[in-house]
Formats: sequence, structure tokens, C-alpha cells
Amino acid sequence: MSHHIEITVNGTHQALDVEPRLPLVFALREMLDLTGTHVGCDTTSCGACTVLVDGTPVKSCTMFAVQADGCSVETVEGLAAGGELHPLQKAFWENHGLQCGFCTPGMLMTAKALLARNPRPSEVEIRRGISGNLCRCTGYQNIVKAIQQAAAEQSTAAAAGD
Amino acid sequence: MIPAAFEYAAPKTVAEAIALLRGADSGGKILAGGQSLVPMMRFRLAAPNLLIDITRIPELRIFKEESGYLRIGAMVTHGELERSAMVGERYPLLASTARVVADPIVRERGTICGSLVHADPAGDWGAALIAARAQAVVTGPAGERTMPLDDFLVDTFTTALGEDEILTEVRVPTPPALSGGNYQKIERKVGDFATAAVGVQLTLSEQGAVEAVGIGLCAAGPVSLRATAAEGMLIGKVLDDASITAAAAAAATQAEPTADTRGAIDYKRDMVRVLTSRALHAARAAIRA
Ligand SMILES: Cc1cc2nc3c(=O)[nH]c(=O)nc-3n(C[C@H](O)[C@H](O)[C@H](O)COP(=O)(O)OP(=O)(O)OC[C@H]3O[C@@H](n4cnc5c(N)ncnc54)[C@H](O)[C@@H]3O)c2cc1C
Ligand code: FES
Ligand code: FES
Repeated sequence: MSHHIEITVNGTHQALDVEPRLPLVFALREMLDLTGTHVGCDTTSCGACTVLVDGTPVKSCTMFAVQADGCSVETVEGLAAGGELHPLQKAFWENHGLQCGFCTPGMLMTAKALLARNPRPSEVEIRRGISGNLCRCTGYQNIVKAIQQAAAEQSTAAAAGD
Repeated sequence: MIPAAFEYAAPKTVAEAIALLRGADSGGKILAGGQSLVPMMRFRLAAPNLLIDITRIPELRIFKEESGYLRIGAMVTHGELERSAMVGERYPLLASTARVVADPIVRERGTICGSLVHADPAGDWGAALIAARAQAVVTGPAGERTMPLDDFLVDTFTTALGEDEILTEVRVPTPPALSGGNYQKIERKVGDFATAAVGVQLTLSEQGAVEAVGIGLCAAGPVSLRATAAEGMLIGKVLDDASITAAAAAAATQAEPTADTRGAIDYKRDMVRVLTSRALHAARAAIRA
């Protein structure tokens, strides 16, 4: 039996009819055409499918879309507001924080949640924070640098705004 | 793989959830964080007819100290516990366990109670909470019953939970003065289950003798194991290098690890010895004047 759900995705209200067994990631990719969220392992191990549900990072291959009813979902497509790169995207670009880019959407969403909770994380806190997101290419060094740069820029911007 | 089809319900109270379980006639399953159940369904190792999602039941979010216990409700996640300042200050055993369960994203959804019901002998909470002498609070149609976690964890993937019962809460005794605790784990990489792990909860007397001690072993048998011999030989003793070495050896003797890709039996047994010793030292160091 299909269930009617209402979710907000990147600020846009969406009404969907979903079978309970549909993982959230497939609702995003196949029903809403938001293919920025990737499917890697499809079994809760790699973090490529990480999205934010009410601000919390979630492996969207391991949550059913029906469970997101009433929630606000944020994907990589929501980062560049008004066509301008998010500070994290910019920092990943400038620091070579990606090579093939497969892990990047999940990495960015995890990093966003990390900085929201801890605006000035230490290197160790960053490494611990992204330890559920696997990257086969970069060796992580430049990802850590990128998150450090974005953290610094965001807190400078926040200080300037005060 | 997409799981086999199922019906889905998201009750708002424990009573409704229990009624749904009864109505499903053993085809129903509770869905908490889904971090063990959903992968199993996706591998088609589990195919419930009805999923009863308990994440929207407010009463299961209880997480507070009351009447000598820390009450951890069914929907408290590993991450919530990890971030709790109260746990960081007064429950070092739990704090050091939460940090090494799975990976940070899994910790956002996975629950302590879900982990206990899953009853994987390689799960971290079983060993840690046996060391803490926690109580399982089980609610069913006839009401609530409470039992030591040792009795709740029956066998590999098997608990004392009846078909129409829910683990509503786990209660951890608030440690008295001169107590400390610690969890030590060896894993091949973040997000892997333990090769070996040991939890210790310790209380000393004013004179420095061991007044109470709990030692739980992870991945050291068919079920989370209490190192009874090691516990027994420490009671009344001064916790020094000699008594720690002897207790660690006793814990290793009691462990029954199996050989797998994480290591051979002798290696794992020896790691139980090493980790018991480290956890006892660290638990002692965690005692605050
Ligand atoms: C990549 C990965 C790595 C992991 N690594 C570790 C690790 O290192 N150590 C470790 O300990 N765990 C690990 N886990 C498991 C993790 O801790 C899970 O969160 C936990 O085992 C299950 O909790 P859950 O809330 O997700 O339960 P669910 O998956 O929702 O449920 C698990 C089982 O318990 C039942 N259930 C859940 N809650 C209740 C309840 N309150 N009453 C009755 N039945 C209930 C369900 O029906 C199901 O059978 C890992 C998981 C993943 C995906
Ligand atoms: S695709 Fe979801 S964790 Fe790998
Ligand atoms: S950039 Fe290729 S997997 Fe991370």
C-alpha cells in the first residue's frame, strides 16, 4: 500500500506517494530527479548517500522515504543558494578536496552538519566527524584542509556580521 | 536490494505500538534507528510484514537521572549519549563506549536499546552495560518488567523479549563516589565491529580496595560476556599492577572468541587480556577525588 508523505526538500514542499519499502535516496533520485545524492555501497557503510534530515546527517539508503514524512531534507543541490557556491563547495574546489567526486555530496553534507554543531573544529574533530564517509581518491588530507578553510571563512563572516 | 514489501505504521504511544505488535501475529518488527534492521531487510535477511516505527513516540525519548539510575529510553541514540555533558562527567564508561560504536552518521540514528535487542555479541553496548550492571525495562500487554541485562541477553541475536514486548528503557545505576569506568576496543577501521573490546565499571573504598567491579567482554563468545572470575578475584583487593595483571589473565581465560577475518582465537584471547588491563587502569584513572 502506498503512503502519502509531505516533505520539504531544499526548501521546496513536495508531496509524494511512496511504497513503505522505498529508501529515501531513491525517492530523491528517481522521483524528484535530485541525482546529486549518490548511492555507493547501498548498505550503510560508505556515507556517499548522506543527506540532512531536520539538520541531522543520515545515510539515506538506510531510512525509508515514508519515515521522512513531515521532515525537512537537505541535499547537495540545496547548498549553492542563488547559484553561488556554498563556502564548503568553494573550499573543496580550491583545496582539491575531490578527485572523482563520488563521495563529495555526502562529504559536503556531513561537513555542513559538523560545522553547524561545532563552527571551529580541530583537525582531530574534523577527521572524527567525517570518519563515516569513505573516499577512495583523495587520501582525505585535502578534504580536511577544505573543511578547515570553510570553518575559518564562515566564522570570519559571522564575526563581520555581528 | 530493495526489501520485500511491508506495511508501515508510526504509532504515537507505547501502548499503540504493543497493540500493533500483537495484531501482527509475529510478523511485526519494531523499527528504531534502523541501522541494523534496514541493512538486514535490504539483504533480505529479514522480511517483516509490518514495520512499527517507534521514532515518533515521545515517551521513548526519556534520558535523565532519576532515583539512582540514568534512564536511557528506547529512542536515545548513540550520538545523543555521546554528546551529553552529564554522561561525559558522570558516566565515563558510557562516554567512552558511545565514541567507538559504528561511525558518526550511524550514531545519529542507531539507538542503545536497538543495539541491545539486536543482541549481536560483537555489539559494544552489551559488554559495556553488563559492566555497568544495567537493568532492562521491558513493556508488554501485561505491563512492565525489569531484569538485569545479563538475563535479557540470552544468546546470539536472542533476547528475553517476548513477541509482543518492547524494550522501553535501559537503566544504568548512577555510580557512587570513588567510581570510574572505561571501554577499550580494537577495531580494524572506523565503523567496524570489535576485534575485541572490554568495558569496566569500578568503585573503590576510601582505603583503595575494590568495592565493586563490573567487567563485560565484547566479541568474546556467543553473547556479551561477564568476566565473573576476574570480577571475583578483584573484590576487596588493592587495585595495583599485580591484581590487574591477574584479573586480565582470568578474563582472557574466560573469553571464548571465534576465529574470523578479524583474527585468530589466540590473538583475540590475548587482546581480551590486554584490553582488560588497559580498561582497569583507565577506569581507575577516571575516578575523581
Ligand atoms: C556501518 C555500521 C557499523 C556498525 N558498527 C557497530 C559497532 O561498531 N558496534 C556496535 O555495537 N554496533 C554497530 N552497528 C550497529 C548499530 O549500533 C545499530 O544502531 C544498532 O545495532 C541497532 O540500533 P537501531 O536503533 O538502529 O535498531 P534497529 O536497526 O531499528 O533494530 C534492530 C533490531 O532490534 C529491534 N528493536 C529495536 N529497538 C527495539 C525496542 N526498543 N524494542 C524492541 N525491539 C527493538 C528491531 O526490531 C530489530 O530487530 C553498526 C551499524 C552499521 C550500519
Ligand atoms: S550508499 Fe548509503 S551508506 Fe553507502
Ligand atoms: S573523490 Fe573519489 S571517492 Fe572521494
